Order: sequence, then structure tokens, then C-alpha cells
Amino acid sequence: MSEISHILPLSKPKEGISKTGTWRLKKPVIDHSKCVKCLMCWLHCPESTIDVVESSEKFVEVNYEFCKGCGVCANVCPVKAISMVPEG
Amino acid sequence: MKLVVMHLTGNYAVAWAVKLSRVKVVSAYPITPQTTIVEKISEFIESGMMDAKIVRVESEHSALATVFGAASSGVRAFTATSSHGLMYMYEMVWWSAGARVPIVMAIVTRTIGAPWNIWSDHSDFMSQRDTGWLMIFAEHNQEVLDSVIQLFRITEDPRVYLPGMIALDAFILSHTTEPVDVPDQSLVDSFLPSRRQPYTFKSGDPITMGNLPSNPRDNMKMRWDVHESLVAAKKVIMEVDREWGELTGRSYGGLIECYRCSDAKYFIIGVGAWVGDMREAVDMLRSEGYEVGLIKLRFVRPFPAEELAEVVRGGKGAIVFDRSVSAGSAGPLYLDTVAHLGALNVGVPVKNVIAGIAGVDVTYNDIAGVVRSFIEEIESKGVVSNYVEWYFG
Repeated sequence: MSEISHILPLSKPKEGISKTGTWRLKKPVIDHSKCVKCLMCWLHCPESTIDVVESSEKFVEVNYEFCKGCGVCANVCPVKAISMVPEG
Repeated sequence: MKLVVMHLTGNYAVAWAVKLSRVKVVSAYPITPQTTIVEKISEFIESGMMDAKIVRVESEHSALATVFGAASSGVRAFTATSSHGLMYMYEMVWWSAGARVPIVMAIVTRTIGAPWNIWSDHSDFMSQRDTGWLMIFAEHNQEVLDSVIQLFRITEDPRVYLPGMIALDAFILSHTTEPVDVPDQSLVDSFLPSRRQPYTFKSGDPITMGNLPSNPRDNMKMRWDVHESLVAAKKVIMEVDREWGELTGRSYGGLIECYRCSDAKYFIIGVGAWVGDMREAVDMLRSEGYEVGLIKLRFVRPFPAEELAEVVRGGKGAIVFDRSVSAGSAGPLYLDTVAHLGALNVGVPVKNVIAGIAGVDVTYNDIAGVVRSFIEEIESKGVVSNYVEWYFG
């Protein structure tokens, strides 16, 4: 390989600075007893705010500091385990 | 070396070269006169002759986006388009150059509307010259096949790492059958190393490409690096063409090819399929006693400025044939030529002839006639009166 190194438009993603969770009007609440661990919410979340935790109580959880409350997760959940609850 | 001569249209020559280059992903959206390239590749895949995925997309913008995505993940990827299809891709053309992802795309040059027209001129291809892609023009179908394979090697060279497009004239090459030597797979394998690229998207190691730079100066440096890498590509182009010559017996001079230039005083400069007619015109004019030679520019980007200047320096004049126009100025080849010849102190009169737009047929008689008048005018008056001439035939 050559010694040439180009200037590339690359970056490593890290946690955002602005807490976009304050934008939320409705909040996704997961009923973990209904969850079938299909990962559809994790896959579809446009902001990657759903984390896989795999604990005894829950398989996934929402990072409310960044979730904007778009509702995509509730929409794609095949067993209707996520409901959108109005904030405050 | 064993020659395997097949009878191929320009489009089929592209398809064979893509197959021999072991491309893994091809996106396809139909547009005349490119369509038979991806049709042929689709046949190769269907019949098991080629191990690749073909993705049928809903637009040309997606065609290039798909190829860009596939290439980013570490495989050779290819698509082809023409005219309005290339116009629709334009955003992705810039994006893939800025992202430094090696891709090869074939452009079957076709007039841009309005009005609708499917015949060849170079407006679509030449309108891409600021993007940062390598741009190569083929004169005949053998050169089409050889150049596609060469282009994979050049674009994936670590000194370059930029996408490249190859132009072939609509119908004149794309749908015209010529004898073409199709090299052995083992020969192409020995010439093309396994895929190299500056970075690869992998699911376990997330990276972001194209995020807002915090400092615009970094962004400017990226654009500078695209330019510098294109200039650096000249050396790579020469090496690759020489090596291909050693393997196959065919080389094309790398950046430019000269025909009967050694004792010439006047030079015809052109690109594409009508360079073949220019060769005929040179022979005709030579037999009449005119000291004329031909410079075929093989690459438009990087522009072979010094190489051109070296040949033209000491001559008495040059005439650039453009098959497109930067409306309101002059032909794009002419603009590059006069800028660089002027800056490199090659003080010869240079004339621009804009012809063959919208597929208007231009014969070697037409070319010889225009060149004859140009030489006569310089010999008698010492200057060019009409330096941008539209020739309608």
C-alpha cells in the first residue's frame, strides 16, 4: 500500500450535544410484558434512541434525553407494545 | 498472447469489461442509448456467467446512490447512463467524488433537450467536468473495453481514490459493431488487484461520511485534495496504460495520443469517436501537402495541459473541435486548451470549431475543409478572424 493519505470527510459518531428530548410532545412508553424482542423499534428509530439492554425486566429501552417523540417505534411495533403518551 | 476477437457494439464492450473486472453490484435504470449495457450485464448474471447483484432502481439519482452505497461497503460497483439521466444524477456525481469512493460509470453521450434528441453530442459528459471525476473518452470499441478495465485500476489506486466516467458516442460506438479482442479473465485478474478504497462501511464499526465540518477550511482542503489527486492521477494513468500495453499489446498514449505530429505545424485537437474521422482528414490533408497532425485527448479530466503544450509548442496553429458548447462562451475543450496553452506560453493562434451538436453528421471531408480554411487564413493573414466558429455542415 502507498503512503498517500487523503483528507476524508469522515467522523466517528458520538452522543449528540443538544438534548433533543425536550422537543417531544408525546413520549413512547413500552409495555415490556408484550415485547417479543423483534427489534423493529430499534431498527426503525430515525435517531437511534432505542438501546438494546437485554435485562430480566426489559429487552429494549428508550433514551428519553434524545427521543423526539416521532412515534415511528409505536407505529412499527407488530404487537402494539409501545403507546404514545402526551408529555406533562 | 492469444487474441479472442468478438464482434461487439460499444455497449457490449462496456458490459464485457465490467464482467471481466469482477464487478459485484450494478444498478440499472433504462435510458437510450445506454440501456443495452445494463441489459447485457443482466444477461450475464442471469446465465451464471457473472457473479453480481443487479439492482433495478426508480431513477438515475438512485442508480448512482445505489452504486455509491455498494462501493462504500467494499465492492466494485458500476452503472451507466446518458443525457437526461446524467442530469438527474448530478447531485450524486459530486457527492461520490467528495466522498472519495472509487466507482466506474459509463456515459453514452447523447444530446440534452429541449427538444428531445437521442443522437450523440458531448454536452452531457462535458457538463460534468467540474465534479472531480476522472473523465476518459473512447475513440473505438476496443478502446472502450480497454479503458473501462484501466479505469477500475486507476480509480482504485491509493494515489487517486476518485470515481471515473468513460464516454462513448451514442450509436456511432454504442450500437455499432466492431471486432474487439476480449482478453482472458486471468489476464484481467493479473492486471486488476483486489478492491482498494480509502475506507469501508462495516456494521460493527460505525463511521459517518459527509457530516458538517466544524471548520470550512477543512472542507476547502478536501476539495483541494480532490484536485491534487486528479493532477496526481496523470502519473498513474501513464503507468497503467503502459502496463496494459505490455499485457495486451495495446496502449493509447495514456493521456493524449498523437497522430502524424512529429513534423506537423498545425494541430487538430479533439475527443471521442470523430477522432477516427480526424485521422482520415489528416491523411487527406497530408496528401495535399498540409503539415497537419492530430492530438487526441484521451482524458478530459485530469486535463493534459503540459502534455498538450509540449506537442503544440513551436507549431503555427491549433484547431479544437468541440461537440458541445459552454453557451455564452465557447466550446469546453477549447476553453481548457487556450487557458493552459496561454499560461504555458505556447503562443500559437487557436481556433474553436463547434460542430456535430445534436448529432449533426460530420464527415472527414467536413473536418478537412474547415482545417484547410484555417491553415489558409493563418498562412495569408497570420491571425484567426472568427475564433469561435459554428459549423453546421
